[in-house]
Order: sequence, then C-alpha cells, then structure tokens
Amino acid sequence: MSFLMMHPAQTTSVLRMDGIGMRFGPVTVLDDVSFDLRAGEVHVLAGENGAGKSTLIKILAGVHRPCGGTMTLDGCAYAPAGPNDATHRGVAVVHQELSLIPAMSVADNLFLGCERTRGGWVDHASQHAAARRALAGIGLELDVTRAVESFPIGVRQMIEIGKALAHEARVLVMDEPTSALNAQEAEQLFALVALLKGRGCGLVYITHKMEEIERLADRITVLRDGRRVGTAPRAELPMERLVEWMVGREVGERFPRHAPHAGEELLRLTGFSVFSGGRSARPTVDGVSLTVRRGEIVGLGGLQGSGGSELMGGLFGAYGARTSGTAAVRGRAARFTAPRQAIRAGLAYVTNDRKASGLVLDQTIVFNATLADLPRLSPFGWRRPRAERAAAREATQPLQLRADSLDMSVGALSGGNQQKVVVAKWLRLGPDLLLLDEPTRGIDVGAKRELYSLLNAWTARGMGILMITSEMPELLAMSDRIVVLHRGRATATLTAAEATAERVLAAAMGQGGASRVTEATQS
Amino acid sequence: MTDDRDTAAMGFAGRVFRWLGSPTGRACLALALVLLVGFVFHADGAFYKAGTHRDALRQTSVYGILAAGMTLVIVTGGIDLAVGSVLALVSVCFATLTIHWGWSAWAAVPLALLIGALCGGASGLAVASWRVQPFIATLAMMALARGLAKYASGGMKVSTAVQEVDGAYRYVAVPAVFRAIDTRILGDNVPVVTAIFAVCFGLAWLALARHRWGRQLYAIGGNEEAARLSGLPVVGAKFAAYVASGLFAAVAGICQAAQEQQGDPEAGAGYELLAIAMVVVGGTSLMGGRGGLGLTLIGILTIGYLEKILSINAVPEAGRLMLTGVIILAAVLTQKRGR
Repeated sequence: MSFLMMHPAQTTSVLRMDGIGMRFGPVTVLDDVSFDLRAGEVHVLAGENGAGKSTLIKILAGVHRPCGGTMTLDGCAYAPAGPNDATHRGVAVVHQELSLIPAMSVADNLFLGCERTRGGWVDHASQHAAARRALAGIGLELDVTRAVESFPIGVRQMIEIGKALAHEARVLVMDEPTSALNAQEAEQLFALVALLKGRGCGLVYITHKMEEIERLADRITVLRDGRRVGTAPRAELPMERLVEWMVGREVGERFPRHAPHAGEELLRLTGFSVFSGGRSARPTVDGVSLTVRRGEIVGLGGLQGSGGSELMGGLFGAYGARTSGTAAVRGRAARFTAPRQAIRAGLAYVTNDRKASGLVLDQTIVFNATLADLPRLSPFGWRRPRAERAAAREATQPLQLRADSLDMSVGALSGGNQQKVVVAKWLRLGPDLLLLDEPTRGIDVGAKRELYSLLNAWTARGMGILMITSEMPELLAMSDRIVVLHRGRATATLTAAEATAERVLAAAMGQGGASRVTEATQS
Repeated sequence: MTDDRDTAAMGFAGRVFRWLGSPTGRACLALALVLLVGFVFHADGAFYKAGTHRDALRQTSVYGILAAGMTLVIVTGGIDLAVGSVLALVSVCFATLTIHWGWSAWAAVPLALLIGALCGGASGLAVASWRVQPFIATLAMMALARGLAKYASGGMKVSTAVQEVDGAYRYVAVPAVFRAIDTRILGDNVPVVTAIFAVCFGLAWLALARHRWGRQLYAIGGNEEAARLSGLPVVGAKFAAYVASGLFAAVAGICQAAQEQQGDPEAGAGYELLAIAMVVVGGTSLMGGRGGLGLTLIGILTIGYLEKILSINAVPEAGRLMLTGVIILAAVLTQKRGR
C-alpha cells in the first residue's frame, strides 16, 4: 500500500490480466500468463510466432474466453462476452489483417454496426460529420465519402485506427500495424502512437521489428511457448537480452551475410516495363535495367508501391503479356507470359502475401509443398501419395519446419512456418533464380535468422536471389547490391559498400542524381 | 505422431466422437438418420425388401451421375446450373438419332457424349477464359441448352410413336440400346443405369483423388492465385472440369432417354438443383477447395433414400418436396457447426 502511495503514476494499471490460461483441444496455448498495462504507456508484447501473443490479444478482445485467470479493466472485473462487448467497454483492437470493407465509404466503415440513424434511416450527414471529427482527432483529413479502396494502404491503416478509436478506447491493441506500411506512413503511425499515449490511452503493441521496439516501447513483455518469460522496462532490456528471451537461446549476430560468390550472369533486364494496371495506364515498372549473377543477392529497395513487386510479377509472367523491354535468363531471351514458363526456366517466386497468393490454406503441408512440382511427382498424370509425402518431408526438413504432422492444414501453422512451406514448395524445384518479395514479413526473429542462413547456403550453391524488403537494416545487410526504385524507375544501383540508409532513402524518394554517378563508375 | 498417441489415449468412444465431428462422420450421420426413418416407417416391410433398395439405387442413378460431375466443378469453387438442360438436349438428340434416324448405338452414343461435352466446353470457355462468373455462365448455358432441346424436338416428346406425313401415328420398335440400358445385369440384380453410375462415379473419384488434375482442381478452389503462381494450368483445368460435367450430363441424358423410351425436351428441369443438393449434403463446400466424391456418394445415398422412403410411404409430392427442403437445410446446418 505504501508502495502504491509513493509511486501513484506508475501503478495505475488500466488493465490487468492474471494467470490467464488457454487450451485448444489438447494443446495448451497459454499457461498462467499475467500482463498489465498502465495508462499512457506503450507496452510491447514480443515473442516468436506461435508464442501465444495473438491468443492473448484475442482473449483481451473478447474473441476467445480464457480457460483460467482473471482480468480487470479500470479496477472492475472484465470478462467480455464478445468483440462488441469489448469495444463498448473501451478495448479496441487494430487487426493485422485490415478489417475494413474496401468498396464502402470511409464513413460507412467507421460506423459499421453502429450506424447513426434517424427514424430507422441512416443519417448520412451526421455520420459524415462525426467521421470527419473522429479522423481529425488523429490528424487525418480526407474525404470520408470516398470508398476505402481508393486510399493507399497506409491511409487505410490509419482509418482502421480511427475506427477503433471511435468508441473512446481506454486500451488500444495494435497487432503489427506497420507490416504493410512504407517508411513515411510508419512515421505517421508513430506520431499517432505518441499522441494517443499523451492522452492517457494504454497501448499494447505487437511487432517483430526491433527498431520499433527500441523506439516506441516503455515496457516489454516477452512470451515464449505460451508462457510469460518476463516483463521489463525497455531501458533495462538490451536488444541481445530481448532476443535471447524470445528465442530461448543465444542467436549471435542478426544478419550473417557471407561474402558473395558471384558467378555467371543469371538475369539481365534491359528497359523492362510492366503495365500491371493495363496498357493505357502509367507503367508500374518503367524501363528498369538490372542484372543478377549466380551466388548473389540483389536487393530491391524503395517505398511501398514503387514497383518492386510488379517487377517480380511481370518478370515471372504473372501479368501475362503486359510487359515490354527485354529480359534474359542465362543469356537467353525470356519473356514469360505465364508463371509456368518462368518456372520451367528455373525461376521461383515467393510473393509478399503468403495467404493471398502463396498457399492453399485449407490444404495440408504435403499438398502445398508439392504443388509446384506436381508434373514431376505424377508421371503420366497419376499421383503417387507416398512419393509426395517423401518429397514434402525432404523439402521441409532443412527448413526446420515445426508442425505436428505433414497432414496438418497450413492454415493452422504460425506465420513463420507457413512461410517455410512456401519456400519448401519452391526449393523442391531447385530454382536458379529466386524472387523473394518481403520474405520475412510477419515472421519472428528466430525464423528470420534461419532464413538468412538459408539465403547464404543457397547463394553458396550458386543460386541467384532478387529480394524486396521494406526493412532497411535487412536490405543493407543482406544485399550484395541494391537497386532502388522510385515510382517504377530505378533511381540508384549501389554496391554493398556504397549503400547507406541515407543514400537508399534519398534514392527511394526520387533523388536519383547520385545514382547516375554510381552507375557510371560501375560500368 | 502426437496425433496417434492422443487418439490411442482417447479410447474407442473418443475416436468415434472425433469421427462424428469430421465431415465424413457428419455426412454418414445424416445418412444414418434417413435410414433410421426407413426402418421406422418401413411401409409394411417394403423397406426390408432387396427390390426396394435396388429401386432406390436405380432411381437415384441419373441424379448421381450429375452429382459426380457437379462435384468436380464445385471443388474449383464453381457451379454448373446447365446439367439439367444438357440432359434434356442430349436425351432429345439421342432419341431422335436412334428412334427416328435408326442410327446404331456405336454412332449415336459418341455423338450424344460429344454434344454434352460441347455444352460443358462452352460453359468452361466462358468461365475459364473469359472469366464470366460460373453462376452466370452456366445459367446462360442452362437457357441455351433448353432452347436447343426444344428446337431439336419441335417442342414435342421424341418417342416411338412417329407421325407420318398424313398425320397418322406409326409405332416403331424400341431401339436395342434403350432396352439394353433399361435392363438388369449380374443375375438380374443390378440395373444397368446403376452400373453406369458406378463407372462414372469411379472415374470421377479416380480423377479427383488420384490424378494430378484433381490436385489442380482443389488448388484452384482453395486459392486460384496461388495455383496460378505455382505454375498450374488454371485455365485448362477449369475448362476440363466443365467439359467433364457436360459429359456426365450427357451420360445421364442417355440413361434418362433409355429409361423413359423417349426424348423429352422438358426432362431434367430442376435436376441441377438436386445434384447440387447431393454434393452439399455430402459436405463439399460451395466455396471450393474442400470436399470430395466420397462425401458426394454419401450425399447421393442420403437424398436418394429419402426420396424412396417418402415414396414407399405414399407421402404426396407436396409433402415430399417440403420434407426434402427441410432435410437438406438440416444436413447442411449440422455440417456447419463443425467449422
């Protein structure tokens, strides 16, 4: 009690969760986890994928009911009957996957399920005014009558937060809010976090990005295998310790890129353009030239929407014939109009959204891991289930896939393990050139490091890799060369030695003056 | 590994319980309930006679053939509303060829199958290549094929009563192929249509469960973009699914013509919905990517037996339709609870 009197500011917990336990069937997901959140603090919840972070959040948001433990909100017992109840009690969650309806207007989205009505009819004028006020409160001014889909993803994320805050939230949960944002948009989000903090809102923040933890966290709680490892103020938890807590072992250096073994030229793009929005629209990739050699990792830098993903898709044949310019793979002209042709030429493409375009979530690990290799695994068309199992096992083993059985549906796996299944699918084919679009998005530190070691092993064996990443440290550390895109054009080509965060960012913002010098000195 | 241990620890009752929670278990539960109704309302022992079951299978065979083809399409996340009309078109053409023109079965059957495949192919082209929504594309084909059937038959039933130039009717012999399909084989135990259904079903099962193409259909239904980026021939595989559905509808049309000894341009109306109901009651998801022919077989038997049990108890058609509706809804609701 005397302690309480001495540090009143530090002990006003908005939210307490005590001894929370959760089981799904025979699997214990959370075991005696306690967590507390103070007003005006950013409390980072860290841990590897599958550690139980999402489950804890879902209990907080009223999606799951815990098997044990108690929760209090502002000193009152808190046991939400469902997500709506949680919202009305002042607990708002901004989900990892955006929960807005793309074709509806911003205002309609904001008031979805609690429309302002007059005599049973929706009162649009009042809704628009209220929506404008709510968004202005978080520093966002936009036309609330426009459809959500007409805004870039960064703005949509902010609208999502606006929606969450429309109900006077005391506790705001953000689950990897920056995973789809570019650097600029992330900055806006951080500013908003500071603003909410100042208003006395308690924030639970989940992220896999170390920079964000260092920058935003007041306190950090680490979960591992469903248990709480510990809680500490950020100042008392250096990054190495934090990673150790999360992984349960020492990880060593974060980016272990070995020296490249650059060999023959695998890919040469000359004046390559992609018209993903149709021939009449502005090209999303505009006359890009680059090369990838064997044993080399070429990083594609640039802000979100700068055309990296479209470049990969266009090269891989995902946009059909809507490309121009020349592409050559191993010296031979290669203009793929279907992914099948690209695969036959030795390309593989890990897209940036494994759920939307990488995996068949309802199906098993075996199904997904053998999907691209079906022709070889089913001679004369007839499948051989045993050979498929063996192939899936062989492909997933070096990746240290953690799953109870190969017959698990991939939808039940954690993000990192899902990504491993995608990678396994492509490795089966023994590709020469691997296109990686945000390969570490949404996966934990341990899995990231495993992926980096794999990249090293593959390049050592002569694979060439073209990689997009929005994490600057990763881009700088893992790339042997970096090509920076700005609005579809290559604005700089930097060697690993030349590349700094400032130069990459400058080029990404369109200041390409320095790059021409670089290109000239290179050739 | 852990899975096995858990199952062992659960014991027999636990395993049964888990099985009942699986899609197969749920589908079987629905079938068992229907059969139970048959045991209770056995219509003075009629339900216990082998002939009743043989009849039930014979009567459901035409629907079953349609449902087998329908499963292939539904697994891709599509739907084929045209099968009932295609059945009518094929039965009209087949009757005209064999009865009026006196073609041999060796020529008439392949042509009839070709007509079905062409109809399916047209739907498939629209869906796979032109990216028309399956519901719309096959709705259009449903109207088109019905119109063709009426055009080809002049709106009249094509039967063995052939109208002469002077307006008098002349009766011709029933073609041999009709009689062959409408008999029973294996010691007079198995109706030929049931055997045809079994072969069609077996082929569809092989394709879906054991052939590369089946994998492609599941992948397309589960995540079309992932399938495309994995190098799967999405357009071709989808197209082939509709062709297969058209082929199966043609087989059903031949059986229908043979059993009725005529080609009726009004035949098969509503059959597509019953075939879809069989697939769905089995537990195959209309969203695509989930389910299979094993489940469809259970669905076929469930609805087939339901109809038979209601008819041996002389439930009038009005009541039969209402009860069928209720049972379909109930079966699908029990399946939904598991997800």
